[in-house]
This record gives sequence, C-alpha cells and structure tokens, in this order.
Amino acid sequence: MLKQYSFEETAVQTFDDKTSLAMRTEDMQVFYGSNHAMFDANLAFPKNQITALIGASGSGKSTYLRSLNRMNDGIATVTGKIWYHGVNINEPGVNIYEIRRHIGMVFQRPNPFAKSIRENIVYALRANGIKKKAELEERIEQSLKGAALWDEVKDNLDKSALSLSGGQQQRLCIARSIAMAPDVLLLDEPCSALDPISTVKVEETLLELQKKYSIIIVTHNMQQASRISSQCAFFHLGHIMEYAPTGTMFSNPQIPVTQDYIAGSFG
Amino acid sequence: MEQTNSQLKNQDTQSHEWDTRLHHATKATHEDWIGRGISYFCIGIIILVVASMLWFITSKGIATFTQNHVSLWKFLSGTNWAPDQGKIGALPMILGSFAVTFAAAIVATPFALGTAIFMTEISPNRGRKFLQPVIELLVGIPSVVYGFIGLAVVVPFMRHLVGGSGFGIISATFVLFVMVLPTITSMTVDSLRAVPRFYKEASLALGATRWQTVSRVILRSATSGILTAIIFGMARAFGEALAVQMVIGNAAIMPKNLISPASTLTSQLTTGIGDTIDGTLPNNALWSLALILLLMSLFFNALVRFIAKRGQLKHER
Ligand SMILES: Nc1ncnc2c1ncn2[C@@H]1O[C@H](COP(=O)(O)OP(=O)(O)OP(=O)(O)O)[C@@H](O)[C@H]1O
Ligand SMILES: [Mg+2]
Repeated sequence: MLKQYSFEETAVQTFDDKTSLAMRTEDMQVFYGSNHAMFDANLAFPKNQITALIGASGSGKSTYLRSLNRMNDGIATVTGKIWYHGVNINEPGVNIYEIRRHIGMVFQRPNPFAKSIRENIVYALRANGIKKKAELEERIEQSLKGAALWDEVKDNLDKSALSLSGGQQQRLCIARSIAMAPDVLLLDEPCSALDPISTVKVEETLLELQKKYSIIIVTHNMQQASRISSQCAFFHLGHIMEYAPTGTMFSNPQIPVTQDYIAGSFG
Repeated sequence: MEQTNSQLKNQDTQSHEWDTRLHHATKATHEDWIGRGISYFCIGIIILVVASMLWFITSKGIATFTQNHVSLWKFLSGTNWAPDQGKIGALPMILGSFAVTFAAAIVATPFALGTAIFMTEISPNRGRKFLQPVIELLVGIPSVVYGFIGLAVVVPFMRHLVGGSGFGIISATFVLFVMVLPTITSMTVDSLRAVPRFYKEASLALGATRWQTVSRVILRSATSGILTAIIFGMARAFGEALAVQMVIGNAAIMPKNLISPASTLTSQLTTGIGDTIDGTLPNNALWSLALILLLMSLFFNALVRFIAKRGQLKHER
C-alpha cells in the first residue's frame, strides 16, 4: 500500500546572491508525450560543490539530469527555464553542442567506444575542434590524471578501452568528459555497475574534481550521497520534495516523505 | 541406533519408489524423442541434398578438364568461347560477371548507406512507416520483372543516350543496381539499428554533432555489418541470371566497352543450357561455368563469416 504524500508540502532551499551558482532551473517541466514526468523543478546548484539527487526508481532523477545538457532533445518536451551563466539554455536558438561541451555527462553504464583509450579521449577533443598533436597529448594526460586513471593506463594508451575493468572504464568516461574542460559535470548513477573498491576510487576522483568543476550526481546509494555531496535533493514521483545541505537532510529531514525515505520506511 | 536404521530403511524404500517415478517415460519424454527424431530426419535429408548437389556440379564441372582434356589455365584465360568448335575460353564471362557485380555494388553502396542513415538516424519514424515496407516490397519482386523493366526501359534509354544496341554491361549494371539496392539497404539498416544506443548517447553528450556521431561512431561500429550487406548484395548480383540475361546482350566476347553486348557466367549458362547434349564438351563446359559460380558463392560465404568473426573480436577485445 503506497502512502500518499502531499506535493504541496515541500522544503526546497534557495541561495542568496552571495552564493555563486553553476546553474539553475526555474519551473522546469518535462513531458514524455502525454506523460508528465517532471513538475515545476526549481533547483539551484552552487559552484564547485557536489549536489546529489536521490529518490526512488522512476521519480524523475535521470529525466531531470538529462534535461540539464539538453540530452532530452528529441526524446521529451522540456519547458521552463534552465539558467547557465545568465543565459536560458532551454531556448531554440541555443547551440546544443556548445552546451554539452560545457556541461559534460557520464552515464550509469560505462560506455567507452570500441576504440583505444587514447582514441576515446581524442574523439571528444576532435569533436570540439582540437586537432594539434601536442595539445591532444597534453589533454589526454591531464584528463586521465584528473580521473585518477593515468597511473593504471599510461603504458597502454593504445589498448582497447573495452579491455579495462568496469571501474576503469567509468573513470575513462569521466576523463573523456573532463578532457573538454567543462565546468559542470553531470553523472547518472556512475557507480551502480561498479564493485565497492572501484566505487571508492570514483568517489575519491569526484571529491578531487569538485575543486575545478561543479558536479551533479544521481545516486541510489544514500551512503554515497552522504559521503561525497554538499547539497542533496530528494525527488518523488516527478516532484522535488526537499533540497537541503546533505548533513541537514540526513540528520534532520523536514517533511514526512523525506523522513520516511531516509528512514527506509517508504511507501 | 535402532531408530536411525529404520529411518534409513524408510528412506531407501522411498527413494526406490522415486527411482521408478523419475525414470519411467511420460508423454513429455515421448514427445521429446519424436521431436528430436523429426528434426534429425529433416537435417539428414537437407545434408543429403546439399552434398549430392555439390558432388554433381563438381564432378560434371571438372569433366571438361578430366575427360575433354582442356587445360584449366586455357579455360580461365582463354578469350574465345565457341564450345562446338572446341574452344572454351571462359574469360569473357568471368570478366563480365565481375564487372557487373562490382559496378552494381559500387553504385548501390552510397545510395544504400544514405537511405539507411536516413531511415535510422534522420527520420526513424518516416523510415519505419514508409521506406521500410517499400524496401521489403522491392526485395520480394521476382527478378524477371526487373529484367523486363530493364528490357523495356533501360535498354532503349541507353540506346538513345549513347547509341548502339543499348544492350551491355552498363544496362546490366543498372538493373542489378536496382536489384541489390534494397538488399544492401535493408541489411545496412539492421546493422545500424544494432549499434548500441549508448554509443550514440556517449558521442552526443561529448558535444559531437549528429553528423560526427553517425560518421565516426555509428558507421564505424556497424562496419562489419555493412560489409556483410555489401557482400550479400554482390552475391546476389553475381548469381542473378534472368534479369541480366535480358539486358546484357549475351555475346560471349571480351567486353570492349560498357555499352556493347557482353555476357556473364549466369547469362551464358541460361542461354546455352538448352542447346547442348549431355556428356559432350559444350555441355561439360557449361557445367564448368556453374562450378565457378558455386566456388564464388562459397567464397562470398566464407568472406561473410570471416568478417563476422573479425567484427566480434573487435567488440569483445
Ligand atoms: N525515454 C522515455 N520515454 C518515456 N518515458 C520515460 C522515458 N524515460 C523515463 N520515462 C518516464 O519518466 C519517469 C521518470 O523516469 P526516470 O528515468 O527519470 O526515473 P529515475 O528517477 O531516473 O529512475 P531510476 O532510479 O530507476 O533511474 C518514469 O515514469 C519513466 O517511465
Ligand atoms: Mg535513472
């Protein structure tokens, strides 16, 4: 028996003018055809912090995340505003390739191309117009170091990416994204296909990366959210119910639905 | 002790009862046997038919060399085909077959790729609703219809355009192009659809354009499927007899240009097979042509398998 919660009772924090934001959504709605999957999403993401999106399966976390870099184009209708550097990027005239260059994305399932490790990163760079050999080499090294993969693969850059372990593949995907020097990194359950040790490695990588990037991560793992994130948003049936600093969220949730979810007595 | 013993005994009798229950045949096991029997029988028949066909064509095909003592080299490199005068140089037909096959494949491939990309990446909805049925229809049209259209439309058109009779390699190429296009297209579509969606998403998320994604990720990872499609198209072109025979002119002479009558292995076979007497050189020579066709189709098959294996390796590595 699923418990009914009021969607009116929400506790979503906002930030004052002193906090610099990486990006922000305003009254964002998402429709898959006639299926209304995201309602009035108002979230703001502080710069150089990790924000975790949590919630039950089907609550709309991926839907929300994929809208942020316009990956829902052609799949869903997204209305409302998405603010990034003062520009509403949810408008027809906006260059989506440029957006995705600045707002990188890593998926749940590690998805390197069936090419060598080097080629995987070069692909991203070439797609964005970087062709000079020296710069390519430098970016390859930097991004692999950034993703904490360099030491493991530096002697085998021409090996197929598919020969790496799942955790290594996921870090390669992170490297591929940060090679383009984005400033926001979106990750959709990046550790759900990984073993605990690889998970720790990816988490350490993310904690290191937040110094340079703003990170938004979807996770099913509450421990992971509390280990790495500064802010945490709770999604329920397409509504954002609560958004607060992670510590507050886990120790002192404000509304019944979040309390139940965190206590594990949901529904 | 007493108790354990009696318990054990009890278990023993029970397991005996279960033993019979689990071993006796039921309706399900009988059905199993019957099913297996039927499928072995069918497979046996098919193997028998294929093996005897291979043996038949091979033994007849090599009679030219073993009984009529024509040298294999002369057969392959001779340019003069007049079996009733004892001259059996098959090179004109071999060249004709390869010429129309390669030409048709080369012309058809870009069109097939373009159509397939349109159907899968640019307009999947219209592709599925409109183009898919059209292509399936085109695959199913009998070759005599293609040949007939070639004869009624292409040949006169070529005659007007470049003069001469209008029969020749270029007309055959055009007809084969239309015939292999749907084959190559539909197989290419299948292989493009089989490219995992996450490759495409990965590429788009990196800021690559749709064109970059198609050309560098999707086509690349579908390469072995596309090559297989092209080879299937070539195999179809190589083996097509009727439609080609209707438009190529059937002159067993070295093709001097693309617009004069020529012939292929298949067209020569269909033209000549009725006029020869079993066991004579002219008849054996035709069987030798058939043997070349057989070997070529084996070769195409082997090539497809080879490509499939390499493609697999690439993805597993
Ligand atoms: N491509 C799609 N087409 C149609 N409906 C979709 C699509 N993707 C998601 N949905 C719908 O949107 C709703 C939210 O799905 P979403 O994938 O965003 O949930 P999620 O929170 O990411 O779940 P999970 O934790 O299982 O990944 C669901 O009801 C789902 O059925
Ligand atoms: Mg999801």
